[in-house]
Amino acid sequence: MSEAVPRKLKVATVSLAGCFGCHMSFLDIDEYLFELLDKIEFDRSPLTDLKHCGPCDIGLVEGGVCNAENVHVLREFRRQCKTLIALGACAINGGLPAQRNHLDIGHCLQAVYLSRPGLAGGHVPDDPELPLPLDKVHPIHEVVRVDYFLPGCPPTGEAIWRFLSDLIAGRTPRLDYPMLHFD
Amino acid sequence: MSASHGRPKKGSLPPGGTAHSAKGAQTSATFLLDGQPVPFDEGQTILEAARAAGHYIPHLCWHPDFPPHGSCKLCIVKVAGRHVSSCAMPAKDGWEVESNTPEMNGERRALLQMLFVEGNHFCPSCEKSGNCQLQALAYDLEMTTPRFNHFFPDRPVDATHPDVLLDFNRCIFCELCVRASRDQDGKGVFALTNRGIHKHLVVNAESGCLGDTDFSKDDAAAHICPVGVILEKRVGFAVPIGQRKYDARPIRVVAMEEDKP
Ligand code: SF4
Ligand code: SF4
Ligand code: FES
Repeated sequence: MSEAVPRKLKVATVSLAGCFGCHMSFLDIDEYLFELLDKIEFDRSPLTDLKHCGPCDIGLVEGGVCNAENVHVLREFRRQCKTLIALGACAINGGLPAQRNHLDIGHCLQAVYLSRPGLAGGHVPDDPELPLPLDKVHPIHEVVRVDYFLPGCPPTGEAIWRFLSDLIAGRTPRLDYPMLHFD
Repeated sequence: MSASHGRPKKGSLPPGGTAHSAKGAQTSATFLLDGQPVPFDEGQTILEAARAAGHYIPHLCWHPDFPPHGSCKLCIVKVAGRHVSSCAMPAKDGWEVESNTPEMNGERRALLQMLFVEGNHFCPSCEKSGNCQLQALAYDLEMTTPRFNHFFPDRPVDATHPDVLLDFNRCIFCELCVRASRDQDGKGVFALTNRGIHKHLVVNAESGCLGDTDFSKDDAAAHICPVGVILEKRVGFAVPIGQRKYDARPIRVVAMEEDKP
């Protein structure tokens, strides 16, 4: 309180059933990353390679929920992050991975690992280390409470920067018309 | 509900814009739309009169060439504490109509959210993206989340027609294609069947396939779908992102500009 410099906000990020496109877009804010790093520090994130999330101010979740591990990680984020943000189309509505939702997961696995032409002696992977897939891919708001949603496939770097700088400054994030898009 | 009958046939084709609307001439009937006076002719609906006076009210199932359908409810406004569909409700002198208010827009947003979760709207792979009225309304009303749980229904596409693809995943049951094919093309290619959550669009052929009808890509019905169901083949994604219809400007601006002669 008596310090001149305010405490840095802790930010965690993760990609669940996503393609890392949203993270790439995040990195696309280019030189603003320096400005951002004056105000935040990263906790768990692909950028730090930390495996668990400590108490954080902001959690950014890319991707929907497609397997049991995603559920655990998402719940950890919700527990640890004061503000949880669904980043990008897949986190918001399941996106591309959810395009399997009208297919039977058993048939999908068999088609890929057993009956695919040119495949000899295949078997459906059953290593206990592998997280079990869910029968459907879900948007993250169907599993935990989500505070903000930042659409886009991916959202542009510009939109992510605007959103985060609003949030960090204590304003309710709001995107200008051209920044809000679903594709 | 019989608003469609006896309605003066104007609204859509106004060569003179608002020329006809009551600037003191035949009628002095006026209602207030969000506090702004809107003149109207007897029998004109709230939406038509508002539009003729340059005010946009959101809509999906309404189209200037057809009688009101009243199914999507995006056009809801509040009159004397009651919700009415402005596309179907004839205006009355002295009414105070609320449309562009946080309350009405919140309800419209909820309706959009229900439409999104009821179908499969994966915009990044949709050829209509950027030109889609459902998506454009979602942008304009700042719908950032579908909010409800997704249904993820199974709706196989129909690719049997040589020139046109049907992707039922995105149908919002506005019946514009049904009406256009029946009333303008004289073909009756489409129909809605079943009710409630089981309602869906069907093709009028024994096989159920569009390829077995006399549907043509030059039909009015081929160009009327407000979303990405009826798509001409081999022309998708021609316009780059950034230059599509609603990329830079919201639907409420684009729609009013399209009305201009
Ligand atoms: S029809 Fe519209 S809302 Fe649905 S997927 Fe296509 S662009 Fe998105
Ligand atoms: S196909 Fe398009 S025009 Fe026809 S009912 Fe569905 S949304 Fe409306
Ligand atoms: S536009 Fe009025 S109900 Fe659809």
